[in-house]
Amino acid sequence: MRGRENRNLLLMVAPAIIVGAAFFLLPLARLAVVGATGKLGLAAYTAVVTNPQYFEALASTIVLSVTVTVATLVIAGITGVFLERNHFFGREALISMLTLPLAFPGVVVGFMVIMLAGRTGLIGELTTYFGAGRLVFAYSIAGLFTGYIYFSIPRVILTIMAAAEKLDPALEEAAKSLGANPWRVIVDVILPALKPALIASGAVCFATSMGAFGTAFTLATDIKVLPIVIYTEFTLLANIALAAALSMVLGVITWATLAACRVAAGSTAAAAG
Amino acid sequence: MNGKAGTAIRLADCAKTFPNGTRALERTSLEMRGGETVVFLGPSGCGKTTLLRVIAGLESPDPGGRVYFDDEDVTNLPIERRNVGMVFQSYALFPNMNVADNIAYGLKVHGVAPDKRARRVDEMLEMMQIGELRERRITELSGGQRQRVALARAIAVQPRVLLLDEPLTALDALLRERLRIEIDVLLHSLGITAAYVTHDQGEAMAIGDRVAVINKGAIVQTGTPREIYYKPASSFVADFIGTMNRVDGTLRDGSLELPGGRIFWGQEGSGAMQVLFRPNDARIVPEAGAPLRGVVEQVFFLGDRTRLHVTGVADRAVVVETTEHGEFQVGQAIGLRIEPGALLRLRD
Amino acid sequence: MRRTPYFYLQLAFTLLVCSFLLVPVFMSIIAGLTENFFVGVKSGLTLRWIGVVWELYAPTIFRSMYIALATLAVTLVIGVPAAYVLAKRPGMMTRLVEEFLVLPVAIPGLAIALALIITYGGFRDFRTSWGFILVGHVLYTLPFMVRSVLAVLSSFNFQVLEESAASLGAGFWRRFFGIVLPNARSGIVAGALTVVTLSIGEFNLTWMMHTPETMTLPVGLADSYASMRLEIGSAYTLVFFVMIIPLLVALQRYGVQRTGTRKAA
Repeated sequence: MRGRENRNLLLMVAPAIIVGAAFFLLPLARLAVVGATGKLGLAAYTAVVTNPQYFEALASTIVLSVTVTVATLVIAGITGVFLERNHFFGREALISMLTLPLAFPGVVVGFMVIMLAGRTGLIGELTTYFGAGRLVFAYSIAGLFTGYIYFSIPRVILTIMAAAEKLDPALEEAAKSLGANPWRVIVDVILPALKPALIASGAVCFATSMGAFGTAFTLATDIKVLPIVIYTEFTLLANIALAAALSMVLGVITWATLAACRVAAGSTAAAAG
Repeated sequence: MNGKAGTAIRLADCAKTFPNGTRALERTSLEMRGGETVVFLGPSGCGKTTLLRVIAGLESPDPGGRVYFDDEDVTNLPIERRNVGMVFQSYALFPNMNVADNIAYGLKVHGVAPDKRARRVDEMLEMMQIGELRERRITELSGGQRQRVALARAIAVQPRVLLLDEPLTALDALLRERLRIEIDVLLHSLGITAAYVTHDQGEAMAIGDRVAVINKGAIVQTGTPREIYYKPASSFVADFIGTMNRVDGTLRDGSLELPGGRIFWGQEGSGAMQVLFRPNDARIVPEAGAPLRGVVEQVFFLGDRTRLHVTGVADRAVVVETTEHGEFQVGQAIGLRIEPGALLRLRD
Repeated sequence: MRRTPYFYLQLAFTLLVCSFLLVPVFMSIIAGLTENFFVGVKSGLTLRWIGVVWELYAPTIFRSMYIALATLAVTLVIGVPAAYVLAKRPGMMTRLVEEFLVLPVAIPGLAIALALIITYGGFRDFRTSWGFILVGHVLYTLPFMVRSVLAVLSSFNFQVLEESAASLGAGFWRRFFGIVLPNARSGIVAGALTVVTLSIGEFNLTWMMHTPETMTLPVGLADSYASMRLEIGSAYTLVFFVMIIPLLVALQRYGVQRTGTRKAA
């Protein structure tokens, strides 16, 4: 009885497995192999640490991603909790607008930064108007930072709101009835309850920032983030092996971060439950 | 669709071990006569639902077990080809269809022509008295209405056997009582063979032609409700079904001696033993000349009857129930008479 | 409920965040419709730049649309049955599948694109066809489809619905198409909207994988930002918004509706 059903089920996953194996696992394995077959050999994998130029790119990518993650969690945390817990006229519209840039590709986000802080950008206009000179930062690390939080905020807000929805108001009322002030309520009740969501969305935010390419590409910054280095090595220098090795390293770092955070979020969720 | 009412069901040596090693059902054999309603009664996790699922074809028995519908061996027939009607605790109505489409689903699958299908749906709606729900969405129905639709859907295809898995458990008490009576009437008017799973002994007593009491994956007793109630085969059955008094006494010269007196029993043998009797089998008689004497310790007025806890009769307080209208006082001395036939002695 | 000062403080902050996200969108829309953005709106409104975009980039717009639809078709055919199997047999390689589902986020698009080029770049005809881009988009979007359908299937007991359909005589495929799929519709629709939205906006993979004949809209956008005047880039961005915003609104609607019914149930 079960045999026939199992055969059908196997038939149904088979296409997904085949596509995954042929176009994901196999290419990734090839990528790993190719990474070691350049003129550096296996050393291509350590080049990201030993070569100062690459190491600097890696370091600035990580520093940028961590800063973006922290800033996004604070900004999205405040707005997300606020929007979930207060009901007022125009709330739905606000939520819609805040999550609208969800699917803007990196290039468009880069263009948005140019609109804000580019040579003809709004911020430059304002600072000129107030006589402080034209402030242009779109093409600096600040521009990258602006772009990265631009595409991170919508994603994180959604996760935070989903988690805040499950907050038990009774806990907060209990804390208040015991004399806790608003600050204590945030620290003792709200933040612990949101911790798994903060870890999970922070991890995704970090991973997205590490691999982001379109924004940096559009802004053509002088700051070299790792994805831009990989792109340059591959396209302009035709250094395929090194590009492969660097993207493997990048992939492993982000994947490991995500996995670690999933374990951490899982264990805090278990501890809370 | 050629299923006729009254298919006999036979299980031979059916056991069920799940892939993770859980033994849900010990080797079980069971016969259900055509048109009979058999209730599988037991505590949760006892294997009663597994037994039902083996009959349905949702689980196949471990090798060696066979399932027969009349003389046909259906062991290897998947559920969709056994022509069984199933009613689930959660109703399992299809949310993507309205009431009429739910009822018509099985007919459609069986290839019944649209006009015949419509007529059968009308018939079922009328039978279950839910004609006004015809076009309703499932989400708009109450629990009781859902259960009626679920029954109608299961019966519409004229199944060889109707399998009901805790059909009333999700309903509130009043509705449960009403639907129980309806189901009882329905099953007997259809003359269909039915297996009914429940953990509620009152429901089992009311609905079953026979009751199979199940514990730890095995049927521990099968019999009419009356047999199960008055002649429990084990202390598990005795305790699971209703209140049972359990007292220590001594058998001597064919009489049972208790602290509160002696009853002629007519049993062979002698020595200390444990004896059981139902609360309503002890009749209250004037104290003078009564075979057993005791003192009322507590009185519970239950409306249709009165329950007394009586001390002094046995080594511990016994429960006695009476439908008499007289009032009882705590501390009052009373006499008790128990017919010899009501006394039970268990082997275990 | 009385509003505390905290409320207004938070509201102001939220509005600030909102304007950070939306002001540049409006600016670029205006820029795309302005004669000369440097001079400002007083230089006059025009559809001229839209016309230029149409002349230069119309093929990328259509290509993005049909690649998105093809991606949708493939993810539906592959992803929905896969999600069903995962829901039906949990435990079967669950851990492995979980890893697979986070991979598109974990492995940067750049790395996947490189891996595909290294492995399949040698097949000239395939490499230069839009099918190559399609493969990249399917890899990137498939997990979103699987996850969306899986979420809906785990939110109700579809197994008992299937059992009851089976008891009424329905075989495996009839149950899948007649009972499982209709009841998983909300997840399939949400997944489909996500897939189309992501495919239309995909840049990281496509930039690496495209050839001049397989340029998509976001790739064209990058091209216009780099080499055209600001107004043309803006007008092109406006075209992109027109395509993507209805999808996003539909996605939000659908998402909200789904949580709404979950609350009611």
